Amino acid sequence: MPAVQRTAAEERIDSRSKRVTGLRERAGDRAFRWFVAGFGWMIIALAVMVGLQLAVGSQLTWTKLGAPFLWKSDWDPVAEKFGALPFIYGTLVSSALALLIAIPLGVGSAIFLAELAPRRVSDACTFLIELLAAVPSVILGLMGIFLLVPAVRSVEPTLTKFLGFLPLFRGVPYGVGLLTAGLILSIMILPFITVITREVLLAVPRSLKEAMLALGATHWETVVGVSLPYARSGIAGAVFLSLGRALGETMAVTMVIGNTPKISWSLLDPSYSMAAVIANELTEAVGDLHLSSLIAIGLTLFAITVVINGLARLMIYRVTRRGAAA
Amino acid sequence: MGGYSMRRKIVNRLMFALTALCALASLSTLFFVLGYISYRGLSSINWAFVTRLPKPIGETGGGIANSIVGSAKIVGLASLMGVPVGVLGGVYLSEYGHNKTGFCIRYAADVLTGIPSIVMGLFAYVLVVIPLKHFSALSGSVALAIIMVPVVLRNTEEFVQLVPHTIREAALALGVPQWKVVMRVVIPTASRGIVTGSLLAVTRIAGETAPLLFTSFGNPFWDNGWMNPMAALPHTIFTYAISPYEELHRQAWAAALILIAFVIAVNAGTRLLLRPSTGVSH
Repeated sequence: MPAVQRTAAEERIDSRSKRVTGLRERAGDRAFRWFVAGFGWMIIALAVMVGLQLAVGSQLTWTKLGAPFLWKSDWDPVAEKFGALPFIYGTLVSSALALLIAIPLGVGSAIFLAELAPRRVSDACTFLIELLAAVPSVILGLMGIFLLVPAVRSVEPTLTKFLGFLPLFRGVPYGVGLLTAGLILSIMILPFITVITREVLLAVPRSLKEAMLALGATHWETVVGVSLPYARSGIAGAVFLSLGRALGETMAVTMVIGNTPKISWSLLDPSYSMAAVIANELTEAVGDLHLSSLIAIGLTLFAITVVINGLARLMIYRVTRRGAAA
Repeated sequence: MGGYSMRRKIVNRLMFALTALCALASLSTLFFVLGYISYRGLSSINWAFVTRLPKPIGETGGGIANSIVGSAKIVGLASLMGVPVGVLGGVYLSEYGHNKTGFCIRYAADVLTGIPSIVMGLFAYVLVVIPLKHFSALSGSVALAIIMVPVVLRNTEEFVQLVPHTIREAALALGVPQWKVVMRVVIPTASRGIVTGSLLAVTRIAGETAPLLFTSFGNPFWDNGWMNPMAALPHTIFTYAISPYEELHRQAWAAALILIAFVIAVNAGTRLLLRPSTGVSH
């Protein structure tokens, strides 16, 4: 029993020390604290509500089609056949492609900005790269339609000629397709990878790098041997964060992916993404099941991005904490 | 031995040259986008384009005045809803949020930031459009407000936290109640940062198209109140771009130039004038 009493006493002391003055909280202060706390709680409520509302809106699909909805591959609203696999496939492949292009470019730029460029140049460049992140996606999509698609179309026959032995590069050169979507997505996520990686690299303790330099390593060897391993988890966080962006990106992808619900090995073939099908079909849904299936795709997208962002945040929190403590 | 160390030096040079190339490529993408949009859009922008309504397809001329006004109204209403929630929530996080609740709110805000904008549009669709049974400007603003809240929240927290403790303590020592200290001393001190964060959030939602597709829906005429469909600039660019008409493509480029000029000018302006560069608003 004495043990329990002691805990209660400790708690009392704890709760008292949290207050600023150590005196009893005034009524006005308490009201204010509850007032602003209400707005804080609204954020949590909002996050929960998004998931709940989408779950309710897509109920019909889950009860009628069940989980196989996620791995069936026919999508024919008129025949009431709904399977989300082509969209999930298109989303994942185009995002993977984007990462493949943007990771080396982004990490490379970040190394330059964090290690080589003088601080002022680096800050100016970062400022500009952040501006790239502010360009609305519909504008990149516009450039995609009229500039990137024709460009990719003219390159595709050459790709097929030299790399056609891979199933990835076979097919008719439409211009629209997974490859174009991946390219445009890589432009959109490049700023995120670059800026966060630079921040993480700047948080690497100087003493570690100096120790390696003092042992006779070249600057580059220090980057590879110390900075990158130290920043590994933060870079992974940046990559996951960008992946979350890429998966949910709508406008630019809708405009260049070709909007064909078909699974194909070839990166040159038109495809479809989860966000794009919602964007294209929601206003013209031909029945309750169609509408509910589109919301179900939205819920799936929500779930995927929440998991990926959750992981990304944890990784970034960990590195920046450690950097601040060191 | 000498050759070995020579090789290491060459590798060192070579790899850093490569990273410089990467940075150059990233930067030139920005300049290319800005340059190309200006090149295609500039010739089509004139007074009539920004002051007239769209004309029926087939006729040349016609403008996007309704889209510009519609965008301003939708974004304005979204800010009226989103900024107060974000700012007050941010004040809570900074002043009282060093506990589990605070951690949960921060985490929820970060997760909300990562949710695709189209999902937010879907949420507004289920929440507002389905119960009211028609598309409305209001539902578009709701979607944009939800996108805006976590960005404003985290920014406000960051800047309110920068207010020195000595200022708070000075006011408290004079016997000012804590709520008054927060409202009259802390928030005014951090106001520059709060305004910056809010403006950055505005530029972010001003370019959003996906959440408007099935909420505010678009409208080729002047809008008719908040409960009816309303045109918005990014949405108009999208519909014009995917249309098969040369004339509309031309207008899409011009509209894109107006949109990007606004977004880049406000974004760069606020960041240059009001705060030193920190991270992307992640």
